[in-house]
Amino acid sequence: MSKIAVSFKGVTKTFGEVKANSNVNLDIKQGEILSLLGENGSGKTTLMNMLAGIYYPDAGQIYINGKPENISSPKHAFDLGIGMVHQHFKLVDVLTAAENIVLGLEGKLNLKESEKKIRDICDKYGFEIDLHKKIYDMSVSEKQTVEIVKVLFRDAEILILDEPTAVLTPQETEKLFNVMRNMKADGKSIIIITHKLHEVKAISDRVAVLRKGEFIGEMITSESDEQQMTNMMVGRQVSLNIERKTPVNVKPRIVIEHLTVKDSAGVSKIKDVSFTANAGEILGIAGISGCGQKELLESIAGLVKVESGNIYFCEDGKDKVDLVGKDPEIINQMGVSLSFVPEDRLGMGLVANMDIADNMMLRSFRSGKSHIFTDRKTPRHLAETVINELDVITPGVETPVRRLSGGNVQKVLVGREIASHPSVLMTAYAVRGLDINSSYTIYDLLNKQKEAGTAVIYVGEDLDVLLELSDRILVLCDGEVSGIVDGPSTDKNTVGLLMTKKGGAA
Amino acid sequence: MENKSSKKPLFHIVKIDDISGPREWAIRAAAIIAALLLCAVITTILTGDNPIEIYKTIIEGAFGSQRKTWITLQNISILLIISLALTPAFKMQFWNIGGEGQVLIGGLAAAACMICIGDSLPNYLVIIIMTVSSIAAGAIWGLIPAFFKAKWNTNETLSTLMMNYIAIQLVAYYTIVWEVPKGSGKIGIINQNTSAGWLPNVGNKYLLPIIVAALITAFIYIYLKYTKQGYEIAVVGQSQNTAVYVGIKVEKVIIRTMILSGALCGLAGLLLVGGINHTITTTIADGQGFTGVMVSWLAKFNPIAMVATSFLIILMDRGAGEISTAFGLNQSFADILTGILLFFIIGCEFFLRYRISFTSDKKERRESK
Repeated sequence: MSKIAVSFKGVTKTFGEVKANSNVNLDIKQGEILSLLGENGSGKTTLMNMLAGIYYPDAGQIYINGKPENISSPKHAFDLGIGMVHQHFKLVDVLTAAENIVLGLEGKLNLKESEKKIRDICDKYGFEIDLHKKIYDMSVSEKQTVEIVKVLFRDAEILILDEPTAVLTPQETEKLFNVMRNMKADGKSIIIITHKLHEVKAISDRVAVLRKGEFIGEMITSESDEQQMTNMMVGRQVSLNIERKTPVNVKPRIVIEHLTVKDSAGVSKIKDVSFTANAGEILGIAGISGCGQKELLESIAGLVKVESGNIYFCEDGKDKVDLVGKDPEIINQMGVSLSFVPEDRLGMGLVANMDIADNMMLRSFRSGKSHIFTDRKTPRHLAETVINELDVITPGVETPVRRLSGGNVQKVLVGREIASHPSVLMTAYAVRGLDINSSYTIYDLLNKQKEAGTAVIYVGEDLDVLLELSDRILVLCDGEVSGIVDGPSTDKNTVGLLMTKKGGAA
Repeated sequence: MENKSSKKPLFHIVKIDDISGPREWAIRAAAIIAALLLCAVITTILTGDNPIEIYKTIIEGAFGSQRKTWITLQNISILLIISLALTPAFKMQFWNIGGEGQVLIGGLAAAACMICIGDSLPNYLVIIIMTVSSIAAGAIWGLIPAFFKAKWNTNETLSTLMMNYIAIQLVAYYTIVWEVPKGSGKIGIINQNTSAGWLPNVGNKYLLPIIVAALITAFIYIYLKYTKQGYEIAVVGQSQNTAVYVGIKVEKVIIRTMILSGALCGLAGLLLVGGINHTITTTIADGQGFTGVMVSWLAKFNPIAMVATSFLIILMDRGAGEISTAFGLNQSFADILTGILLFFIIGCEFFLRYRISFTSDKKERRESK
């Protein structure tokens, strides 16, 4: 039996009234990859932050290699060979990769020697990295590589990766997993936090489950399936199937013809895109991230300038209208009920520092009490309704949304957007970072909108979900439509191929 | 290293999520008491005077007689109006530090009306024209930096600051143009004989700015909290992306808010020139455009709390004059006391957000050593 690298014994941490972790007992063996599984807000990150010296436990003891240690600072954690790669990167934008990696080390700085050591690490584990590239020029995946190398450079034996795959494409994820397997072969212990169960299956040896801050149990990955993991995580039987009803009363709602959008630098983001989104249907949009999904939705919502083409909105008994060149306020005044759940929830869809009621008001404040005054009662009632109907976990309507966990933030946003009974509902990465339970709540809401006759546009990254949820799937590749396929009859391979194929418009 | 690494820390800092109202006020009160105690110690060490006497004198300096009380209230009103004027801009995260210039230019417009048309028009008309032009002048001084910010995203901190110097130099220029008598380098009391353009007495000569301040306090409170424009200001201040997403026109909100901010500063200038001093100098705003920044921040942009913070600043300011004469201390001593007081009031914010948690189990600590 292999040695125990880390051992939590009765570890407890409270924030105010909230027990983030309570009496957690957990072992991590040397040379294994452990998946830490749990819903949003179940205390995974808090537990790992205590191991990394960011928080200090209120009670209990952490043992490193069998010895009791009171990890008092991140520096101390490094000294003990523990390194954490956070969900939000902590790099200096204007410095190069190499400079970031050596940053903060004691002693005389010898960049040349350090670079040699960095190269050795990269060769050993299979990282690809340009040491002299500045961080601000890097993609998300490159930045993550720098973070991991930074940790290895400090001779970490125990690595913590907090949702490393949330921002990666499937190919990048596979690359990361190869590196992780190399590190494991080298005897390092790795703890990975992720919500994606197929990744848990693919990479980990063991799974530990937290629920509401408590350690629930563990299992050997190879001996369990995704259903068992979900049940343990949620605490009850959960159906992992998305119900897809046959669309009824389908008719065109948004008709896009030859749409071209350029960014501020004049680079084409969307090239000659034409398609129709139907009422009563979910149109999935697939594509590698950054292929024009964001620009497409934002141009429909009137947030970016359209270079050429038309976006027609059609509704029963009304003339079709062109939305090009109109801003959100005008679109709203025209009686076009457009809802949009943007990718950046707290930076665009909501105001992080405002409470739930005030965030509900964002869409409705113009139809206030009078010309001058706002109506605060209606949004407050709406906030209460959303909290009740979508089971938002919050101390109250007056809680700033930044204090809610990711899943609850998304429920507030989606709840607000569907409250106006929209004709069109657009969502961008609606379940990113959300746990299984919250994700299925969102799928459910989208399906209800579809049944109510809304045209739903769902931009997603998880192909399995796209295939299960969508009635039709539009595949974008580099700003162009590379195919529009029927949801129920298509397989993953077809869509995957279209994602990398240019210009083969169907 | 072994020994060091396994020692439990003596204390660690814990973030407080939600602080209860009573606890919050208890911490604030404790901070003020601690500040007064420290001030007392420093007073005794530095001057040998009885600190209680000094505190008493400060209060007397502000409220010692009916006249003193009225002047204190009048000073509070002016500072309060300027602070309230800056607040909508701050809520929008537009750092308007040009209050000084906006007040001055408003005052200059008022003085210009008094000098140029004071004798040729009926008095009520003069006062109406003065009011309109002061407010317009302040509004223009607010509009210029806002326009550049909205159109080309220039740094408003620099541009509003620069506008101050332009205003000061304009006042300096007109002081020479209008100086009475020639060569004296100052304007003196304008229309001393006719009182043309002097704002009317309401009850007594101190009451007008106090009433105006009360009205503006109520106005700003309601404006920020209950109006659509106030809500737009809050959204733009917190997240411009969100504002665009819901169709708020950010440029329009920035310009509109700064016009309001400047206009209210201009109104303060009108009160200073037409109502209180009846003259204009380059120092008539007396740094209150900057003090107002502090008053507004200390009150966390809450108009009602600003009544208290401007009261505190003026109380110390008025008391300073009194203790310098009564105890033969120089004016700077009161500034030291004000500084200590502010340090504690601002410093206690830390304890409102964080709690220091001591490692309670001493025995456990010894064992782990």
